[in-house]
Amino acid sequence: MAECVARGEEPEILFWVGCSGSFDDRAKKITKAIVKILNHVNIKFAVLGPEESCTGDPAKRAGNEFLFQMQAMQNINTLNGYNVKKIVTGCPHCFNTIKNEYPGLGGKYQVVHHTQLIQQLIDSGKLKVEGGAFKGKKITFHDPCYLGRGNGEYEAPRTIIQKLDAELNEMKRSREKGFCCGAGGAQMFKEAEKGNKEVNVERTEEALETNAEVIATGCPFCMTMMRDGVKHFEKESKVQVLDVAEMIAQANDL
Amino acid sequence: MISSIIFIILLASASYLFYKNISKIRRNILLGKDIDRKDNPKQRWETMAMIALGQKKMVVRPVAGILHIIVYAGFIIINIEVLEIIIDGIFGTHRVFSFAGVLYNFLIGSFEILALGVALGCAIFLIRRNIIKLKRFASKDLDGWPRSDANYILITEILLMTAFLFMNGSDSILQSRGEAHYIQAGSFPVSSMLSPILSGLTNETLIFIERFCWWFHLVGILAFLNYLPYSKHLHILFAFPVTYFSNLKPKGEFQNLETVTNEVKLMLDPSLTPPPPPETPLKFGVKDVFDLTWKQLLDAYSCTECGRCTSVCPANQTGKLLSPRKILMDTRDRITEVGKNIDTNNGTFADDGKTLLGSYITEEELWACNTCNACTEACPVNLDPLSIIVDMRQYLVMEQSSAPAALNSMFTNIENNGAPWQFSPSDRLNWASED
Ligand code: SF4
Ligand code: SF4
Repeated sequence: MAECVARGEEPEILFWVGCSGSFDDRAKKITKAIVKILNHVNIKFAVLGPEESCTGDPAKRAGNEFLFQMQAMQNINTLNGYNVKKIVTGCPHCFNTIKNEYPGLGGKYQVVHHTQLIQQLIDSGKLKVEGGAFKGKKITFHDPCYLGRGNGEYEAPRTIIQKLDAELNEMKRSREKGFCCGAGGAQMFKEAEKGNKEVNVERTEEALETNAEVIATGCPFCMTMMRDGVKHFEKESKVQVLDVAEMIAQANDL
Repeated sequence: MISSIIFIILLASASYLFYKNISKIRRNILLGKDIDRKDNPKQRWETMAMIALGQKKMVVRPVAGILHIIVYAGFIIINIEVLEIIIDGIFGTHRVFSFAGVLYNFLIGSFEILALGVALGCAIFLIRRNIIKLKRFASKDLDGWPRSDANYILITEILLMTAFLFMNGSDSILQSRGEAHYIQAGSFPVSSMLSPILSGLTNETLIFIERFCWWFHLVGILAFLNYLPYSKHLHILFAFPVTYFSNLKPKGEFQNLETVTNEVKLMLDPSLTPPPPPETPLKFGVKDVFDLTWKQLLDAYSCTECGRCTSVCPANQTGKLLSPRKILMDTRDRITEVGKNIDTNNGTFADDGKTLLGSYITEEELWACNTCNACTEACPVNLDPLSIIVDMRQYLVMEQSSAPAALNSMFTNIENNGAPWQFSPSDRLNWASED
C-alpha cells in the first residue's frame, strides 16, 4: 500500500490478508490463490504488508475488549490514513470484524469476503470458470460460522462451486445448521475443555460421510481444523481440504 | 347469586396475584443495565409477528413444530370460550354468546376439535419427554423442578381440555332433554362422542358434571395463569416482547463496549483530557445478574427450556460442560433468588455471598464456547445465551485476568507482534516472495 501511495496510485481494493494468511504455511497458499485471481482479472489491489495488524477478533471473542479496541483503532488509523474504501478479506473472522465492529469505532468501509468477490467477478463476466480438474468431483462445503450464520452468506461459495461442474453434496448439518469446525471463539489458540470428542473430528466425520473427495471451505481456521480432522481419520491421500479460492485458481490453471 | 359472588372474588384475587407477580418480574428485569432495542420498530413488529405469532422457527423441526402450533393455537383460541365463562360467571347466565346462532355453533364446534388436538398434542409431548426420552429432554439440565414443571403443564392442559369436552358433553345431553336453563346452543362434534358414557346418567348427575367441569375449567385457567411466573411456561406471554426486542444486527457482530472505547482513546491519544472519574469505579464484563442488560434478563425469563440451543451446540455435543440452555436457566434462577432477597430485605439487596459467575456458572463452561451462534440460530424465540457467555469472559479477562494460559499468550502475541502467534510483523509479506 505504502508503495502504491508513493507511486501516486490509488488501488481499487485493499486485500486484507489476515494473520493466518500471512503466517500459516497452509493458509499462505489461499492468499496466493486470491492474489492470482485478482491479478488474472486485472484488479488493481494493494496489501498493507507489515502495516497490517491483527483485527483483534480472537481477543474480542475471548473477552479481551481492551486489546480488541486497541487493535481496531490502530488498524482504522492505518486504513483511514490510506483513504481505503473497499476491502476484500481472506478470512471470515477479519471480514466480520472489519465489516460489523469497526464502523462503531470510526472505520467505515465496504467489506467483502473473498468468496463474495469471486462470485461478483463471475457474475459480471470478468472471471470465466470451467470445471477443469474438479469436473464431476464430489465436493462438500463446510460453512464457516462467521460467514454463514454470522453474516448470512451461504450462497456465494456454493454458487462458485457449482460453476466448477462439480457434484456438491451437502452435509447433514449445513447452511444455518452448519456445525462449527471447533476453532471459533478463540478455541484455535487453546486446548479444548474436557469432553468426549474433538469438535473438528465430529465435523470431519460428517464431511467424510458425504463421500466427498474435496472438503471445500472459505476460512483459514476451518482449513486447519478440517485438515487435522482428515489426518485423524488417515484420509489425507483420498480427501483434500481446499479453499474455494484455491479451487478457482486451480481450475483456471492460474 | 352466591356462585356469582364466589366467581367474582376468585377472578379478582387471581388477577391481582398475577399482576403482583408479574410486576416483581418486571422489577427484576429492570435491575439490568440499559441497552437500546427501540430502533427499527417496523422490523421489530415483523420479527415478533413471524417468530412469536407465526412460530417460524418452531417448524425447523417439523414434528415438534406442528404439534406445538396446534397446542398453542388451540389453547389461545379456546380461551375465547373463557371470555364467555367469565361473563356467564358474573351474571349467572348460560352460554351468553349463543345469540350468535350459526356462528356460535361453528365456534363451539371448532373449539371442540381444537381441544381434542391440544389434548392429543400434549399427550404426544408427554410421550416424547417421558417414554421416548428425547435427548434434549433427558439432559441433566432439566433434573428436578424443570422436568416436573414441563410435565405439570402438559398434564394440566390435558385436564383442562378434558373438562371442556365433558362440560360440553353433559350440556348437550341436558339441552336435548329440555332441562331448564340449558338453552339449545352450540354444536358438539367431539363431545357428542362421550354420550355413550354420559347418556345413562340422571339430569342431576349431568348438571353436577357440567357445573364441576365449568368451575374446573375456570379455576384451572386462573391457577395456570398464576403458575406462569414460576414456570418456563412464562414464554407463552414473554415470547412476544422478547422477540420484539430481538437482536437485529448480524449475528457475528458483538457489541463494542463504550467504556472501553473511552479508555482506549485516552491511551492512544494522551492529549485528550480525561473525563472526571465516575462515581462508581468502572467494571467490565458480567459477574452477577446486575451486570447483565434488561434484555439478557428478559431472555432468561423467556427461555422455554426446549434445549434446541444445547442440542446444536458443538461444545455440548462433544461432551463439554457448556450448555447454552443451562446458561439461561442459571440466569433465571439467580435473578429469581436476587428478587426474593430484595423482597425479604425491604426493597434492597443484601449481599448473599453468591454470584451468577461462580455460584451458578463455572469458568470451564464459559471457555468451551466457540461463539459459533448455533444456539442463537436454533432458538425458537431468538434468545441470546452467547452474549451472556462473552460478557462473562470479559469479566474473567479484564477484571480477574484469569483466562486460560494459552489465551494469555495469544493476547501477549497480539500486543507485541500484532498477530496471535509469535511472528514478527516484518515477516507479514513473506508469502509474496515464497513459492
Ligand atoms: S455459540 Fe457457544 S454456546 Fe452457542 S452453540 Fe456455539 S459453542 Fe455452543
Ligand atoms: S435458549 Fe432458546 S433454544 Fe435454548 S432452551 Fe431456551 S428457548 Fe430453547
